[in-house]
Amino acid sequence: MRLTLHVWRQPRGSAAGRFVRYEVPDATSDMSFLELLDVLNEQLLARHEEPVAFDSDCREGICGACGVVINGEPHGPQTGTATCQLHLRHFPDGAELWVEPWRARGFPVVKDLVIDRAAFDRIIQAGGFITARTGSAPEANTTLVPKRDAETAMDAAECIACGACVAACPNASAMLFVAAKASHLGQLPQGQPERYSRTIAMVRQMEREGFGSCTNHAECTAACPKEISIDFIARLNRDFLTAVRQGAAAPRVEEAEL
Amino acid sequence: MTFTLDPAVPAGPLEMKWTRYRADMRLVAPANRRKYRIVVVGSGLAGASAAASFAELGYQVSCFCFQDSPRRAHSIAAQGGINAAKNYPNDGDSVFRLFYDTVKGGDFRAREANVYRLAELSVNIIDQCVAQGVPFAREYGGLLANRSFGGVQVARTFYARGQTGQQLLLGAYQALERQIGLGQVAMYTRHEMLELVVVDGRARGIVVRDLVTGQVTGHVADVVVLATGGYSNVYYLSTNAKGCNVTAIWRAHKRGAAFANPCFSQIHPTCIPPSGDHQSKLTLMSESLRNDGRIWVPRRPGDERVPGSIPDAERDYYLERRYPSYGNLVPRDLASRRAKEVCDEGCGVGPGGHGVYLDFRDAIARLGRQTIAERYGNLFEMYQRITGENPYDVPMRIYPAPHYTMGGLWVDYNLMSTIPGLFVAGEANFSDHGANRLGASALMQGLADGYFILPNAIGNYLGGTKLEAVAPEAAEFGDARHAAAERTERLLAGRGHKSVDAFHRELGRLMWDACGMSRSREQLRQAMERLPALRREFWDTVYVGGTETDLNQNLEHAGRVADFLEFAELMCRDALEREESCGCHFREEFQTESGEAKRNDERFSYVAAWEYTGADCPAALHKEPLRYEAVRPTERSYT
Repeated sequence: MRLTLHVWRQPRGSAAGRFVRYEVPDATSDMSFLELLDVLNEQLLARHEEPVAFDSDCREGICGACGVVINGEPHGPQTGTATCQLHLRHFPDGAELWVEPWRARGFPVVKDLVIDRAAFDRIIQAGGFITARTGSAPEANTTLVPKRDAETAMDAAECIACGACVAACPNASAMLFVAAKASHLGQLPQGQPERYSRTIAMVRQMEREGFGSCTNHAECTAACPKEISIDFIARLNRDFLTAVRQGAAAPRVEEAEL
Repeated sequence: MTFTLDPAVPAGPLEMKWTRYRADMRLVAPANRRKYRIVVVGSGLAGASAAASFAELGYQVSCFCFQDSPRRAHSIAAQGGINAAKNYPNDGDSVFRLFYDTVKGGDFRAREANVYRLAELSVNIIDQCVAQGVPFAREYGGLLANRSFGGVQVARTFYARGQTGQQLLLGAYQALERQIGLGQVAMYTRHEMLELVVVDGRARGIVVRDLVTGQVTGHVADVVVLATGGYSNVYYLSTNAKGCNVTAIWRAHKRGAAFANPCFSQIHPTCIPPSGDHQSKLTLMSESLRNDGRIWVPRRPGDERVPGSIPDAERDYYLERRYPSYGNLVPRDLASRRAKEVCDEGCGVGPGGHGVYLDFRDAIARLGRQTIAERYGNLFEMYQRITGENPYDVPMRIYPAPHYTMGGLWVDYNLMSTIPGLFVAGEANFSDHGANRLGASALMQGLADGYFILPNAIGNYLGGTKLEAVAPEAAEFGDARHAAAERTERLLAGRGHKSVDAFHRELGRLMWDACGMSRSREQLRQAMERLPALRREFWDTVYVGGTETDLNQNLEHAGRVADFLEFAELMCRDALEREESCGCHFREEFQTESGEAKRNDERFSYVAAWEYTGADCPAALHKEPLRYEAVRPTERSYT
């Protein structure tokens, strides 16, 4: 099949970017979208032109490294699918595709389709963990976790931190990402001692990183390759409210800053 | 350069060795720990758990990964589960049984003492992970659930749906991020290690390249830990992530670290076959599918009829035919080899004849579509997503793919390499899986190394070693930075015409044919003749392009392929020297009359540890004899 690509090219974060048109005449429907970019890059290299920079690693939808916006949709048209698992059979022959990076203040462009998602790591640093020093754990079966809670925690924990939720949100909010981690840990008995300080810390860090707030568009859920439910944002809001009402202790990292 | 291969195994009975080790080891007092800096390369299960645990103890830690976040390390892709000798199901499991299964699974080519310690620590890992909030599967009463896995008779595998690796990694990642937030770990993402720095015979730091700015810098350390994973990408197509590479351990090898058993690589039987030349990686399908799927190929070579119109009489259910008692459930290595054989005979199906059918027709007729959907629904969906074919209606096509490498840098009981101060953990070392790894054991080993073994072993090393201060301006760092920069320059200078990927593919095909599932003297010799020429071609005709002061993914790939091209020769050499078949290493000259692997304990019950002797010089072989005191090596038979 033959495809026309308009790919966002930007030499570095501080430089201006633009769409560049490329033709790929020898694509096949069995290719993944990233393999299409591989083929394009081989063409560019053969002409001694600079290949398109894009992130990817596992190419089986679990590492969360890849992700581009295709014709306005993060990870493209197939629901519940990361870009690396999106195959060209979902596009008609002759299709014209506009390919661009996630766009959000919290995710500055590094080069072409590569963005900097370190903000997500900093949100986890602020509170996205259970404090459990190596060696101090009790026997595993002394902590009972009702099956339903374990399943709910796992539903949230499946998040791969690709950032498609931010790219899809009109507010560039990271609420689905934050809510998934807060719900995963807050749903488990082990996560209770830090539940409210964790919530406050992660939300505050999210705000500091320049992400917006949730206004219930639900675009995040629709774009999420793991189909993380927006219900978790409701849980996050509830925990945040409780935390504020209780005057939950300002977390450690924040204290250090004050 | 000389070194001794002292495995440093503590004296005493097997079950007391680790206890004694901890009783006798040297310690570093809490107030002194902050004076030491530990460099950890890699942030997968082994690297992240080690870095977090060192930081909790009070050491200063610098951690490096080439991905944009430590959470993306390839441990995240492990599906099945993690073994532990908890014996919760009351089905007769014990530390000894887990130890025995692992040694036997490795076809008696692993070090007893290390494997026993691994089995002991398995129970602590589950405790630690549960405390961190890893959402393992649960029973209705809230207790942990278990399932069984290949090659054993007990249910000892803990799991989090089909994403156990992801959840365990996130547990370690979150512990690591907590320490980064506390300022105890300096995290360097998008950094690649290019050189190990050895000063006065000890590992004292690394040289890295910032992949975004291209800046090459040295990092001084008192201890260096490599947790950089395996080298299955030497085959180009594998189940590994695109970025997985041999570079860190290969560069350490060239600085004096012995490389052990490089030819022990595992090929997984149930992967989705390649669909064309554009294929960039292979995807694993859980081998649980073999419980209900029947494997077959058309009897007649080149039969191009659609599978549904080939009558039973014209199908060859070759596993059921050859192994009547185990049938489709023979171990990984046998299932893989037999698939390759029938495809080599021209009976393979699908594009290029690289595939065999895994057919659920009979299971669906027997159990109903509903039951099959309940058991394998998500796998069927994944298969359909990738191939566009519906496995309820047409048989799946599967083919073996490189998956895991048991070989790696040689380490002693301390997980220390032949370079003092250089420790190696996880898939990057060779120590626990012998010639074949059992399912659900990789996650266990990575976390045992990182959470529990290294924090002790490094205290023991630092407590007993007087280290002089080293400045980043030291000549050794300058030399290493220079070597790294020069290499980059050389790669970029080429104005050839052939792409890095083209070389990688060619290397992959060569290694798959010569040093894959089945190896012969002649093929290995031919490959070893071809490799130096291929290396020359690479340096003469490769085109990399771009600049060094910028994000240049093609340059990253070029450096890794250059290292694979060197490493591949050592892999073939090791396979050639090991004149026996054991575990995943199958030499065609050494098989029984029925075509099964023929081990030779008299001559080859040793770890092959290779010493680097210079560019284009043959590596020197050192042997660590394997002595079995607690178990008696037996022959594996599945017919």
